[in-house]
Amino acid sequence: MAHITLPDLPGIRGPMAFRPETAKPLNELAEILLRDDNNTLSRGERELIGAYVSSLNDCFFCQNVHGALAGHYLNCDTPAIDAIKKDYQSTSISDKLKSLLSIAASVQKGGKNVTPEQIEQAKKHGATDREIHDTVLIAAAFCMFNRYVDGLATWAPQDRLYYVNRAPIRAAEGYIDFDLYKNL
Amino acid sequence: MAHIQVEDGVPGIRSLVMFRPETGRPLYELAQILLRGESTLSEGERELIATHVSSRNNCMFCMNSHAAAARCLYGDEKNIVDEVIKDVHQATVSEKLKTLLNIAGKVQILGKEVTENDVAEARQRGATDREIHDTVLIAATFCMFNRYVDGLASWTPTDPAIYEEMGKRMAKGYVLPQARTETKL
Repeated sequence: MAHITLPDLPGIRGPMAFRPETAKPLNELAEILLRDDNNTLSRGERELIGAYVSSLNDCFFCQNVHGALAGHYLNCDTPAIDAIKKDYQSTSISDKLKSLLSIAASVQKGGKNVTPEQIEQAKKHGATDREIHDTVLIAAAFCMFNRYVDGLATWAPQDRLYYVNRAPIRAAEGYIDFDLYKNL
Repeated sequence: MAHIQVEDGVPGIRSLVMFRPETGRPLYELAQILLRGESTLSEGERELIATHVSSRNNCMFCMNSHAAAARCLYGDEKNIVDEVIKDVHQATVSEKLKTLLNIAGKVQILGKEVTENDVAEARQRGATDREIHDTVLIAATFCMFNRYVDGLASWTPTDPAIYEEMGKRMAKGYVLPQARTETKL
């Protein structure tokens, strides 16, 4: 049971329905960071960073929502996304993305864990300042979202297909102004 | 030196939102609503939660700037801010705020660390659902800000006078700073 009385909605929807004024900038942040196409990192890559950090934070809801979105954009199935979350180094994603996930992992532990060597490695593999900035901010933002969702003890549908089925809708509608009570 | 090319001489999160104002905008809007918007928790109390979480995350820029803002807001009672930084258990804050600071401290570790008992104790001291919600979200938000600021190694000033000035401005509200090359003020 959630720690406060929330509308009976899954995951982050409950807290967002509880307080729409804070939901607005949270969704605007998600939209610009994860979905805006004026970005040299693809939507799939950015959702993957979010899903990966959420798995490190052991947040079931977030890692499944964003893992399913990553799978949708990258055109790969749940086992492939799970393999990346578990051990991205041994997968066939690009070296640049591997170096960015390494930075994201450090951010998850704490900002000061990011080393100059990790930054250098990312730049060596072609990461721009903007891509590094966004990687750090996505990782940091998910450290917020995961704590919001779990800190209020919201509930998450346990069937993983639930998230896979809804990914195309979220991908098409985006994060701004979407109806929290629709497509449950 | 920051991990990315940001404007020289601009500290912490200000340099980062100047680098990328499109993401800076919702970040500042979130700070404004959470810390300055209508609430049964005073602005000072909310800044104390931010300061406490930033201290636990060892983010000196955020801790010092929000401590400075909190001191402005607490006025004559400003010593309470240093009490919380030094040892939250000994601080002379209200019993209710103590339970909320405890919840914030748990969120700082991870969301699942918050127990039903933590929440029950807050309720016993009069905390409302809205106050508990905001405490969790403020703590979560500062777990983001702290990682953003330190994750990119943005400049952390050491001069207390710089933070005092920042605090005065922050006490009034959170306005997205413009890059210096754009404004000639």
